[in-house]
Amino acid sequence: MKVIAAMSGGVDSAVAAARAVDAGHEVIGVHLALSSNPQKYRSGARGCCTIEDSHDARRAADMIGIPFYIWDMAEEFHAGVVENFIEEYASGRTPNPCLRCNEKIKFEAVLDRASALGYDAVATGHYAIMRESEIGRTMHRAVDPLKDQSYVLAVLNPKQLAGAMFPLGDTKKEDVRKEAKARGLYVANKPDSHDICFIPSGNNAGWLRDRLGSEVGPIVDEAGNQVGEHQGAYTYTIGQRRGLGLSVPAAGGVPRYVLKIEPKSNTVVVGTKDALAVSTIIGESPIWCGVAPVTNTEHRGFAQIRAHGAPLACTYRTTVDSITAVLDEPLFGLATGQGLVIYDGDRVVGSATVSATE
Amino acid sequence: MDIYLDHAATTPMLPEALDALTKQIKEFGNASSLHTAGRAVRKKVEEAREQIASILDCAPSEVIFTGSGTEANNLAIKGFYWKAVEEDLSRNVIVVAAFEHHATLEPIQWLEEHEGAIVIFVPILSHGSIDLDALAEIIKAERGHIALICVMHSNNEIGTIQPIAEVVALAGDVPVHTDAVQSFGKVPFDFAGLGATSATISAHKIGGPLGVAALILKRGIDITPVLHGGGQERDIRSGTLNAPSIVAFAVAAQWSADHREENYSRVSGLRSLLAKKILEAIPDSRINGSSLAMLPGILNVTFPGTESDSLLLVLDNAGIASSTGSACSAGVQRPSHVLLAMGLEEHEVRASLRFSLGTATTAAEINLVGEVIAGVVAQVRAAHEGVK
Repeated sequence: MKVIAAMSGGVDSAVAAARAVDAGHEVIGVHLALSSNPQKYRSGARGCCTIEDSHDARRAADMIGIPFYIWDMAEEFHAGVVENFIEEYASGRTPNPCLRCNEKIKFEAVLDRASALGYDAVATGHYAIMRESEIGRTMHRAVDPLKDQSYVLAVLNPKQLAGAMFPLGDTKKEDVRKEAKARGLYVANKPDSHDICFIPSGNNAGWLRDRLGSEVGPIVDEAGNQVGEHQGAYTYTIGQRRGLGLSVPAAGGVPRYVLKIEPKSNTVVVGTKDALAVSTIIGESPIWCGVAPVTNTEHRGFAQIRAHGAPLACTYRTTVDSITAVLDEPLFGLATGQGLVIYDGDRVVGSATVSATE
Repeated sequence: MDIYLDHAATTPMLPEALDALTKQIKEFGNASSLHTAGRAVRKKVEEAREQIASILDCAPSEVIFTGSGTEANNLAIKGFYWKAVEEDLSRNVIVVAAFEHHATLEPIQWLEEHEGAIVIFVPILSHGSIDLDALAEIIKAERGHIALICVMHSNNEIGTIQPIAEVVALAGDVPVHTDAVQSFGKVPFDFAGLGATSATISAHKIGGPLGVAALILKRGIDITPVLHGGGQERDIRSGTLNAPSIVAFAVAAQWSADHREENYSRVSGLRSLLAKKILEAIPDSRINGSSLAMLPGILNVTFPGTESDSLLLVLDNAGIASSTGSACSAGVQRPSHVLLAMGLEEHEVRASLRFSLGTATTAAEINLVGEVIAGVVAQVRAAHEGVK
């Protein structure tokens, strides 16, 4: 096959590219420039989008012995990921930009361009396993539970899945590092990337404030009494306990959590932990990673709502435009906008964006 | 199949220059030493300097060797600017053609940001030459305040030769620096006849080695150095002379001068052939840049409905090397400021590719490019439309 290896400059994508070559594919390395001013979004060698990272990616491609190019995806990234991130926060939701990036950039913009240029697949350093079975191609959790990235890949539809390749899913991260070292790739010891790649400081609230402005609003309790003031409702997330700066203490001193964010009235509602309990999660705009489940029928499975969250046993039903998951045990604190991913054992069934909770 | 059509970036070393380089690199000595070994090396350097001077029709003392064309441009620009403001603080205006190479634009921008320079750009006409009327206006309006005028001798992306003699005439007593890196060795370039105050030439564009270039600076003109040290080159440029490369530079310069006319007619013939093949294969493609005098080997083409970085990728896969213009330090393509200055729309700029031919280019290679280009462009068009 002719394969485009998306190379971030990190150890995972370098080893993934090398493995694609070993598997006999005709591979070219492509580094995605996601910022029109590469130094703007991040400095230091711990994320994507820096001069250092593009240099590292180029050196890795040299050492693997494959051609290397840089694709400017800054506009697509800004429109599909960064602006969406800002809009979601502005509407009181908590988005996951990595999901959007996989959906709109790596396996849409890049894959489309790759196939139009005559390439069959995009290989990345994501940790997930692809299998062929009687129900077609399926995606599963990686063997390394600490690195499993099937959650952020659950936005891939069957067509995208058909054009994706994850050579690292069967390997533990520590072994990938060892392999990188054995292959002479000097990125072998490069630290993992963390946080959100386009927010270099790691200070999400400050970054959002710079873009959305600061608007003072009330923090109220469940009865509607004002208990504090905030600088912008979007800087809070459901279930948040720290940094609320409440001026009126709670009765009995019980800790209070963010229960609700109301962007229209610019109000943050706080209350006790039990008010955060969620037993039903409703997600909209589902994407099925393979065959769609039979609609309006109860299925048993697991729901996951964070990249490294625990799988929660549930019974779920689907319609063409929604997933409703009823959890066996309640969960505390779930923001709308987060990704709801449904698993059948270790197989990814699909995902949806959380639109409501009960 | 490996077809190299990026000779304007760099071109293979001539066998004669390679011989001279490898021979001289075995000769031990520092050209500034006073003993026999030093004098032997110095003799070679001075012979090389005289040879280059005679090709340029300038005095040997006007040749200042540097480590790169970028260094020579930096030296001229900062040197003239610092000298001018040292004498008169109000002489802080730099007039520069909008489509100069980054090795000219960046030092000027640095002076603007850090040293109080006022930068005035000379607009570019749509066919790719500077607007002399606009330049005349600028010179009139800024009389007495201009430290330096920079206009390249020929443009590296589109190949148009600029009217430097006219610029010099308009400039009067204001210094004129011209970046002649692409012209030297390929088209007539007579320093004395042209009347420019300084010019940049470089070895690796004409079959000499990388890492050596020269600033040609009129006698009797002192500019402020950028590198301070032993003052090896007229007290204007310091650093141990790179004797082997300088010797090889002179050999390449001599070869280029001796073969200039035949090279010009052969390479420009191939350029016309490539243009014809491309226009036949892609009737809506457009050639960018035309002037009475052109560099023989540069052909810049807009392929509407494509993205040049995809064109480059597919051509590279087919073994054909081309160029999309410049990239930032992270390697991201930047839309060509040259084509933007000529008035092309951004989508046209992003769909433009430069082919640059060299003395080693053959008609068979051009014919092969002519055969594949239609398929390449069709594929990239489909990709571009598919993505949109």
